Amino acid sequence: MSELGGTIDLKRIFTHTEEIRHEFGPPPSVPLRRGAAVAVIVNPFAGRYVADLAPFMEELKPLGLKLARRLLDALDAMPEAIQGYGKAAIVGAAGELEHGALWHAPGGYGMRESLGWQENTPPGATGQPGNALAIVPSTKKVGGPGTSIDVPLTHLNASYVRSHLDCIEVRVPGAPAANEVAYILAMSLGPRIHQRLGGMRVEQIARWDGQK
Amino acid sequence: MSAAIRKLVVQVDETLRDMGRPVEPPTRRAVAMAVIANPLAGQYAENLDALIAIGEELGALLGAKCVAALGIRPEQAQSYGKAAIVGEAGELEHAAAILHPKMGATLRREVSHGAALVPSAKKMGGLGSAIDVPLGHKDAAFVRSHFDAIEARVADAPRANEIVVAIAVTDSGRPHPRVGGLAVTEIKGQDGLR
Repeated sequence: MSELGGTIDLKRIFTHTEEIRHEFGPPPSVPLRRGAAVAVIVNPFAGRYVADLAPFMEELKPLGLKLARRLLDALDAMPEAIQGYGKAAIVGAAGELEHGALWHAPGGYGMRESLGWQENTPPGATGQPGNALAIVPSTKKVGGPGTSIDVPLTHLNASYVRSHLDCIEVRVPGAPAANEVAYILAMSLGPRIHQRLGGMRVEQIARWDGQK
Repeated sequence: MSAAIRKLVVQVDETLRDMGRPVEPPTRRAVAMAVIANPLAGQYAENLDALIAIGEELGALLGAKCVAALGIRPEQAQSYGKAAIVGEAGELEHAAAILHPKMGATLRREVSHGAALVPSAKKMGGLGSAIDVPLGHKDAAFVRSHFDAIEARVADAPRANEIVVAIAVTDSGRPHPRVGGLAVTEIKGQDGLR
């Protein structure tokens, strides 16, 4: 049925990239770049209650990897350049929030794998190849076509890095229709454009436990 | 005077299947947006040359961004459109100055040829205002399969003294066109219409 194999009816891929030069403060020498990629698929569970959703997570795995690669392409970035990430889902009106939750594993692990994370990261790993250690922050909602969602972003190796606590608004005109789901991945290449609130800095990451 | 750009946003919308049917090849539409300071915000100016120059500059910049985002050669571009949203300390004529006198010429260089009028839309707006950028075939305005529109919107713009400027470029028409009219194969590409 689709290029992904399995039964996924992939309708649209939408990419969004931003280059932020300033937000009325002193422009940094390098603009902040960040972006999101969205897959709009037909919700196979629309309009009915299905008890066992878990098998569909397996089917979504290739989509997680594909979307992560598509986002890296759109950002014209190597995996090593990515500093922050997040994920989200918007479920169309004939679905339920739990259909959005299906994205947690395939979206999160797909993106982390594409950024260097390995299942058996050796203890004491310090960045690459033990990259993408942090949990991928997320939001989800049920919404109509053109609904926007704020996708949280955190540093990909340590959730507590304050300079990288950020958020990007994502919205796909025309989606999701009632029987669709929009699955979203987001990445950033740097901290907030005028970050200046102290807290834990990237160079202070020491535990490499995904948090600090 | 060159544009004081705060932010650039580029989106690509690819449709692979619709109504359960494959779209072959997938349709792809790009829209590139620049958030710029409005140099004439808060004043009535008879001379709009500063904005006309900005339009000329952004026609090239945003046109190139769209073509790059689609990953195509300029001659593979099929349709285009342009639009602007003026923040509340400006006036609609500021959008006209950016869009109409000089933007088309620099945009056409980025997409090669372009005999047809670049369809446009403009409005006053606030943060997160959306505008539907009309799309038409770049070489023949009557090509019916390519009449379309793509929404442009920047969540945190335009501030009162800003303008959001958008250019859209595609390498395709609508996903499943079937309402007849002039076909791409029938384009003469001389008069901009057919």
